[in-house]
Amino acid sequence: MDIENIFQKFQKRDKNSLSRMITLVDNEDPYGIEFLKRFYTKRNDSTVRIGITGPPGVGKSSLLNKLVENFAKNYSFTSIVAVDPSSPFTGGSLLGDRLRMDNIYKFENLFTRSVASRGSLGGLSSSTENILQVLEIFKSDIILVETVGVGQSELDVMEVTDMVIVVLVPESGDSIQALKSGIMEIGDIFVVNKSDREGSERVVQYLNSSLKMKKEGKDFIPPVISVSAKEGKNIDKLYVEIENVKNFFIEKGIIARKKSLRKKKEVRDILRDIFIKSIDIELKNMENKKDLSPYEIAEKIFQKIDFKISEDIWKEG
Amino acid sequence: MERRIKVLVAKPGLDGHDRGAKVVASALTDAGMEVIYTGLHQTPEKIVRTAIEEDVDAIGLSILSGAHMTIFPKVLKLLKDNKREDILLFGGGIIPKEDMIELEKMGVGKLFGPGSSTKEVVDYLKNWFQNKK
Ligand SMILES: Nc1nc2c(ncn2[C@@H]2O[C@H](COP(=O)(O)OP(=O)(O)OP(=O)(O)O)[C@@H](O)[C@H]2O)c(=O)[nH]1
Ligand SMILES: [Mg+2]
Repeated sequence: MDIENIFQKFQKRDKNSLSRMITLVDNEDPYGIEFLKRFYTKRNDSTVRIGITGPPGVGKSSLLNKLVENFAKNYSFTSIVAVDPSSPFTGGSLLGDRLRMDNIYKFENLFTRSVASRGSLGGLSSSTENILQVLEIFKSDIILVETVGVGQSELDVMEVTDMVIVVLVPESGDSIQALKSGIMEIGDIFVVNKSDREGSERVVQYLNSSLKMKKEGKDFIPPVISVSAKEGKNIDKLYVEIENVKNFFIEKGIIARKKSLRKKKEVRDILRDIFIKSIDIELKNMENKKDLSPYEIAEKIFQKIDFKISEDIWKEG
Repeated sequence: MERRIKVLVAKPGLDGHDRGAKVVASALTDAGMEVIYTGLHQTPEKIVRTAIEEDVDAIGLSILSGAHMTIFPKVLKLLKDNKREDILLFGGGIIPKEDMIELEKMGVGKLFGPGSSTKEVVDYLKNWFQNKK
């Protein structure tokens, strides 16, 4: 495979090549890793990654379907990554977010990719970061990342993105306890969707007052907006809020700080991968001496272990 | 890392419901595949754009409207225009025998009639994927 050639096709805006490169990094293929290394400096360093999360069925995809019109008109290239869980039993995954996203076909400067969360229980697959990097090398201005907010994935989305939109519905007011746990901490913008139904004002008020309490003394309090993706209500207003928060975060250096933290975490993850894979190779070759304790075996391995550089590790698969 | 089969399941045309397509989509998911489900009213252009962006291995179309002789060739042509003939195009619906033969000659994969079981579809895709590698 000729990764130089693929990069040349990136510069000609060839989506076929983009898509195939995403598959390679998603599968942790050595060529994919090589590509990320070789063209790291070619990425768009000012891409803004926006997470959109919330409980199942609150209308995240429907909302994105509306918002993409604004993004497509205001930026030269926008990408959407929609993550859905894989079944822990079969490994299969039903990726249904496109069902609600008919507007994406109206614009040529949009690229949408569905991703299965794979191994990581409920969270984002470890390759999600790599996929986002490929999209940055393709010079996306904005990357929108949809994840279903159950458990780990809402924390993960905060780590891989620069700002997070939390989507709720009027009925979320009934499970206010659940809101308190975690979800209040991760949102930079709160959206109450389905405001065409009863009760959204109450949830907006509740969110506003508890955010005010939590963020007392801080110079940023997340805005709360009620919208209806179905009726197209307040979508433009939401878009303006997104731009405001984004610009505020850029000005205050918040996004730069997040990027730098993220990079450190990624280095740590890669090192951990290298260590674990090297250890696994040693373990495979280890004779299982019945009378040696696990500690002694570990010490023996530690003394002679030869940590492989990443290329060899990825090839071992 | 084990690669999973990625399949796009769509229901082109304006007619009827997508029950059949949904059943197939969830059967493929249960068989461990990653299934992109796009639902009703898909045009050949949208289908092929989705297939390219998602880099699927196969596209399964459910066609009940009798439009199979226009839709399948159109999708094949668009795949070819985009140099993605490697993507398998298969389908299901009520398709007369002679049309089936003609479509298969053009390069369409297996077409499943109304009585087919989802297991047949799963086995077909797994076999095809195995042989492709
Ligand atoms: N009444 C009403 N229904 C809506 C609105 N937005 C979305 N829906 C409906 O809510 C359902 C779920 O919408 P999706 O956009 O798929 O929600 P989601 O959060 O992306 O769902 P998952 O990705 O499965 O978690 C669909 O039936 C939509 O038609 C809205 O503003 N009002
Ligand atoms: Mg969705």
